[in-house]
Amino acid sequence: MSTSESEKLAIPRLAFDPGAAESVSAPLSPGQLAWRRFRRHKMAMAGSVGLILVIFFIIVGSFFYSEKDANRVDVVHRLTPPSTTNYFGTDSTGRDLLARIIYGGQISLFIGILSVALALILGIAVGGLAGYLGGWVDIILMRFTEAALSIPSLFLLIILGKLFGSEIPTLKFLDRTFSGSVIVVILVIGLTSWMYLARIVRANILSLREMDYVSAARALGAGNLRILVRHLIPNTMMAIIVTATLGLAQAIISEAYVSFLGLGVQPPTASWGNLMDQSISLIQRGVWWMWVFPSLFIVMTILFTNFIGDGLRDAFDPRSTRHL
Amino acid sequence: MTTYIIRRLIQGVFILFIITIAAFGLTRKAFDPMAQYTLGRISAEDRARIRANLGLDQPIPVQYFKWLGLAVRGDFGYSATNHQPVSELIMQRLPQTLVLMVTSEVVIILLSVILGIYSAVKQYSLFDNIMTGLSFVGYSLPIFFIALMLMFIFAVQFKEWDLPYLPTGADIWDFSDPRELALHLILPVASLSIIQVAAYTRYLRSSMLEVLSQDYIRTARAKGLMKSAVIMRHALKNAALPIVTLIGLDVPFLLGGAIVTETVYSWPGMGRLFWQQAGRGDYPTVMAILLLVATAVVVFQILTDVAYTFIDPRIRLS
Repeated sequence: MSTSESEKLAIPRLAFDPGAAESVSAPLSPGQLAWRRFRRHKMAMAGSVGLILVIFFIIVGSFFYSEKDANRVDVVHRLTPPSTTNYFGTDSTGRDLLARIIYGGQISLFIGILSVALALILGIAVGGLAGYLGGWVDIILMRFTEAALSIPSLFLLIILGKLFGSEIPTLKFLDRTFSGSVIVVILVIGLTSWMYLARIVRANILSLREMDYVSAARALGAGNLRILVRHLIPNTMMAIIVTATLGLAQAIISEAYVSFLGLGVQPPTASWGNLMDQSISLIQRGVWWMWVFPSLFIVMTILFTNFIGDGLRDAFDPRSTRHL
Repeated sequence: MTTYIIRRLIQGVFILFIITIAAFGLTRKAFDPMAQYTLGRISAEDRARIRANLGLDQPIPVQYFKWLGLAVRGDFGYSATNHQPVSELIMQRLPQTLVLMVTSEVVIILLSVILGIYSAVKQYSLFDNIMTGLSFVGYSLPIFFIALMLMFIFAVQFKEWDLPYLPTGADIWDFSDPRELALHLILPVASLSIIQVAAYTRYLRSSMLEVLSQDYIRTARAKGLMKSAVIMRHALKNAALPIVTLIGLDVPFLLGGAIVTETVYSWPGMGRLFWQQAGRGDYPTVMAILLLVATAVVVFQILTDVAYTFIDPRIRLS
């Protein structure tokens, strides 16, 4: 009787374990909280896994196919549909499409990442200067940004492609030769995609500048540089990361557009965009593999990147409790 | 209000001024106007004479202001390749582009309003989930993929399968015949619409959901109004407000999206003209189209802002 009573009493005592309470209330940093929200975001996790698989495919694929395979012309077997020898078929000069998609994917992602990096530098510089300095600098920089936004980017891409496209040397990098047009495309896309970022950075800095914690930091004797580096930029970082992620998807589309129109990456160097540049004329002859496979890879990459971008946006928003 | 509009107009002109300077500099650097005179036997003196005739021997700023002076009066000079006035060249293409744009815009608005409302009213239903998934995918599709796929299925394969197939632009057709025009419009309009419908449906769905949870909707239902009347008359009006801005700002950008679509379907419009003439180094035409598109963007921005104050009396322009 007495033992069973003490057992009953022991149950609530177990539930009141101070150690457990401590582990629940252990403070998480904003970064950890964001990571936790991101992990629970199903679409974002699916996107991450998908993107990793695409990257895995184009990296591991290059161990099975050499770049020579990707550029080997075989006119006898031109325009053959997918078969067991050429899983994705061959193009109009008999090159193996699977091999070209593997190497083209490396180029497309390379272009995407570097042009986003360029856009980041430009956007943060323009937006940061405009927001922090204000006054005339702000007015001139923002009017210029608006002007750049008022021309649909494809028009700008075409003109810039023409501008830089005339002098294209061939480049050697990591034992591989690239058409210099890869650099041209990076420049062109980077120069046409910094505007939204500049606006977001400026708007963020304008509102953050007026925050109490900035006044507090100033009252404690912090200088301009410290406020910018310790308070303003870290608080803008999340918006920058989200914009950069979504910008990567946009950059891959842009590469595909200019190369599709024949102004982008020049053959023999493959990119997902230029694999399709002859599809319009060949579609009437029932050729579908030449544009379906590259398009599928482009669509998958964009879709997964957009998922990740959306997930990051939700994860970075401290007010979002949806996924906690 | 009037001062606001005047200020916006001055701002717009200033922005267009920046655009023309940048665009003039870029196109002059990107295109060599003398390139077409290198073929054949043209002596050095003749080349110099042509350069002088075209005004190319003058410094770029002088050329720019001469161009600007004529451009504001609607004179864009002669095409460098066709030797036809640029304005004539553009006027031949503009109606086709407008037909394509207006039809697409009507389809886009109708479809996204219907799908957006239905998704919001039937939230989390099978239809809503499918639409959400489709709009995510649709938003990530590059327009050339949509255009090529539609063309392959409905023009190439249907022909092969002996089904009634749709025409592609590859054949010559009579633009003034309404039946021909309608048939030729279907595929390009579908290509231009899918991405936008995907985007707007998502926006409208979320803004509808927000409005439907408001008190005045419950009041309207409580006083015995039919659900359809509440949705159409009370909810949609308020939910559509943010979409109006979005559409107003996006309309001129359809011109840009149309470059790829017009190219795939060989549609005789302005986007394709731009791409063709840029390829041939025809800088006067390229400049004229750029200015036209940029003006459309700036004008639509101002119109959207002003229209917004009429639709939503809570907004005061300052």
